[in-house]
Amino acid sequence: MNIIITISITAFIVLYAGLFKAKKALLPLTVVGLLTALGFTIGAWNSNAIHFGMMQTDNFALAFSGICIVGTLLIFLLTQNYFHAKSDNVAEYFTLILFALAGMIMMVSYKNMAMLFVGLEIMSVSLYILAGIRKRDFASNEASLKYFLMGAFSTGFLLFGITLIYGATGSFDLDKIQAYLVDNSKAISPIFYPGVILMMIGLCFKVGAAPFHFWTPDVYEGSPTLITTFMSTVVKTAGFAAFLRLFAGAFGPLHEFWVQPLIVIVCLTLFIGNVTALFQKNFKRMLAYSSISHAGYLLFSLIVLSANSENNVLVYAAAYTFASIIAFAVLILVKQKTGSDSFESFNGLGKKNPLVALSLTVAMLSLAGIPLTGGFIGKYLMFLNVMGDYQMLLVAFAILNALVGFYYYFKVIVAVWFKDGADIELVTPTQYKLVLLVSVAITLILGIYPAIILNLI
Amino acid sequence: MEQLLLLIFLPLAGAIITAFAGKSAKMVSTIISVASLVLALFIACNFIPNASTQFEANLPWIADLGIRFHAGIDGISMLVVLLTNLLIPIIILSSYKHDYKNLAAFYALILFMQTGLLLVFTAMDAFLFYIGWEAALIPIYFICAFWGGKDRIRINMKFFVYTIGGSLFMLMGIIYLYLQNPAHNFDIQAFYALNLDSAQQGWIFWAFFIAFAIKMPIFPFHTWQPDTYTAAPTQGTMLLSGIMLKMGIYGVIRWLLPIVPTGVHDWSSLAMILSIIGIVYASLIAFTQKDAKRLVAYSSIAHVGLIAAGIFASFNLGNNGVQGMQGAMVQMLSHGINVVGLFFVLDIIFSRVKTNKIEELGGIAKLAPQLAITFLIIVLGTVALPGTNGFIGEFLLLMGVYNYSIWAAAIAGLTIIFGAVYMLRMYQNVMLGKTNELTITFTDIQGTEKLVLYIICALIIIFGVYPKPLLHLTEASVQHLLEQVNQKLTSVK
Repeated sequence: MNIIITISITAFIVLYAGLFKAKKALLPLTVVGLLTALGFTIGAWNSNAIHFGMMQTDNFALAFSGICIVGTLLIFLLTQNYFHAKSDNVAEYFTLILFALAGMIMMVSYKNMAMLFVGLEIMSVSLYILAGIRKRDFASNEASLKYFLMGAFSTGFLLFGITLIYGATGSFDLDKIQAYLVDNSKAISPIFYPGVILMMIGLCFKVGAAPFHFWTPDVYEGSPTLITTFMSTVVKTAGFAAFLRLFAGAFGPLHEFWVQPLIVIVCLTLFIGNVTALFQKNFKRMLAYSSISHAGYLLFSLIVLSANSENNVLVYAAAYTFASIIAFAVLILVKQKTGSDSFESFNGLGKKNPLVALSLTVAMLSLAGIPLTGGFIGKYLMFLNVMGDYQMLLVAFAILNALVGFYYYFKVIVAVWFKDGADIELVTPTQYKLVLLVSVAITLILGIYPAIILNLI
Repeated sequence: MEQLLLLIFLPLAGAIITAFAGKSAKMVSTIISVASLVLALFIACNFIPNASTQFEANLPWIADLGIRFHAGIDGISMLVVLLTNLLIPIIILSSYKHDYKNLAAFYALILFMQTGLLLVFTAMDAFLFYIGWEAALIPIYFICAFWGGKDRIRINMKFFVYTIGGSLFMLMGIIYLYLQNPAHNFDIQAFYALNLDSAQQGWIFWAFFIAFAIKMPIFPFHTWQPDTYTAAPTQGTMLLSGIMLKMGIYGVIRWLLPIVPTGVHDWSSLAMILSIIGIVYASLIAFTQKDAKRLVAYSSIAHVGLIAAGIFASFNLGNNGVQGMQGAMVQMLSHGINVVGLFFVLDIIFSRVKTNKIEELGGIAKLAPQLAITFLIIVLGTVALPGTNGFIGEFLLLMGVYNYSIWAAAIAGLTIIFGAVYMLRMYQNVMLGKTNELTITFTDIQGTEKLVLYIICALIIIFGVYPKPLLHLTEASVQHLLEQVNQKLTSVK
């Protein structure tokens, strides 16, 4: 509870600071607010408190809140020289990001489906605006509108699903729904099943899983890169936490029913994400499609529900988030210098900018899932989990997809190190250096000594 | 334990220092690699040649997943560890005449790869083995793709995806073994003790075998090899052919045979047929090569095919297979030394006349007598002349194959003898004959070139005349391994 209050208050303070033209104070204020929220998150560890029957800050919620807050913090550090060049209303953007974060905290800690909906909407509405902050840019407008329409559409599915489930169980409460499933395992109301499917569709829209992924590439490409970073890392993580909380928790007893459509979704997501990413010429678009494929790997954890499913998602999401932040940070730097986000603009980056290029290499290795990086441990845990149920063909399919992934991630490495380019020298602000170093360190620590995060939840 | 940890992580520490050493990277990396060699020799001297695992390090690593940092050295490991630490300084010395750009990164990657290789050769934990397996691949990919020749990006991409694809399926096999293991860990002894039925063993055999076969490479998984060897910088080729392919052979001996003996038993005839096809096929292609580097690459496929055939034949001979297996061990070392020598000589020639095309060369021997002699010794070692290091290994291997099947031995043996023809013909066309316009300015070897070639020649002759220490080093472990395998095999039947 303290976490949400802190974030919301920070958002308001930042908004007022903007009103009084205290531009220099915006970032420090935000950082202090987020660090306080992070402190509350850590302080509430193991408390498992239930707030008014609506939210439960169990360790699952806290761990994901932690990742979201740290991720947002890093993204805020990347705002150095970013928004100022685009608009005068920097404070509003800061506020919107903070509001989105508050919504996400609700999404990862809801106990009541009403809170899921409220959290999702707070987050989504903020993001609709953020996607369109470049008012005069056609792509940005398109992204915003597309995101809004698709988001509204998927919310419809979600709400309809919630309604049906309420009709069947008479409750929004996750524990009561689960109790209903356990008690009436022989006589579950027939309207419960379509409810589950509709909610699955709604959430798949939000996390960008195929075949509900069509909005992602356009929205990711059209939005300002920093907002894309936010959407494809922190927002996605929160979406998965919400997904997991519902399906591994409340709908857990019905696993046999929803696992079949889920397997289809996973296979489609992996295949479409990877194969389409292979043919992209634009780095940002490639990352958008690769984020679809990562959604597929994340959903892997739901195919076999085990005691470790939640923790596996945490590890994967952490590895993915920090690697992606590096990739996008480098993209922002390159785009500021060259004005383009195609692969060619990365050619020969390694010659003049060893630190940036090395960070990007680590990020790509992690996204591809090479040992000694966090991405490998994430993928390994996912495979291990599904292998535990001896679903060999599924794992083999995922491995083939991972192989496709190597191609397009290594395309970046090849461009950075092995191709000759325009020998650009990037201007790397200190805050960017900090973000790169922190993210690289986290990625490597997760890869070399993951024991610190493995038993968190 | 401390010695082993130092052995493994000294190159890694060296890699980090080298990366920041700037202009003195050459010197720093040489010192580190020589220090590693001294350390390896020290360990070898303190190694008691019995079947036990020594210098064992067994530390907790990722406890929740049953992963430990468990490494140790037995006779089989000792040999390949020696090979690795012997060749790395030679390879670094061999690069002295080159003016690579980004020297510091180049040497740092070589040393980083050394740690990966040593992890592979000492790991007693399957997960650690896998990590080492990939940790060796990443640096060599960068070495070959950054400092390589024409079309290096496409060729190395193929190489990388090929090898990592194979190893991912091996990872799947490892996870399966882990799940079958009631203790839920990756310990090699626990894996040895598993009782799997023949269907399970069958697919695990393939999951591992393909990964190893790609690395070696065995026909038909070899298609990446000639291009990669040709396009890589010489030091990359040396690392690939001298040490890295031993990862595959070592993997077969250490992991494949003892864990899934029934699987090997069921499929070993196919594996042998593939190996022998590889020998014949690679030799025939080697015959037609115009580029000396490609010729050596194909001859390497043939020689490795013989090692693989020898291993699978010895496996089927039960406890009588010790000789063949010993041959494989010795040949691993000899092949490593010889192939590095060959590639170095070709590199020296290339650096002087900018070509490795056999027909464009000739008459070098007159101008460079020292090169001619050392090259001749290396060629003779490669074609396994008695008195050189190649002889003892190939002799034992062929004997193993012969005891298993006369026909297989006849085909493999004749081809290998046949191999002498194309190697010697290459030597003849490159070194002897008339000097032409291209080679007229050829200068003899000097400085580090001389040093490296003399060391290699000395090793070829010493191990050829007196191979006993090597055989002695591995004998107990090899015997123990075969006993273990056969015990498991008979208990299943």
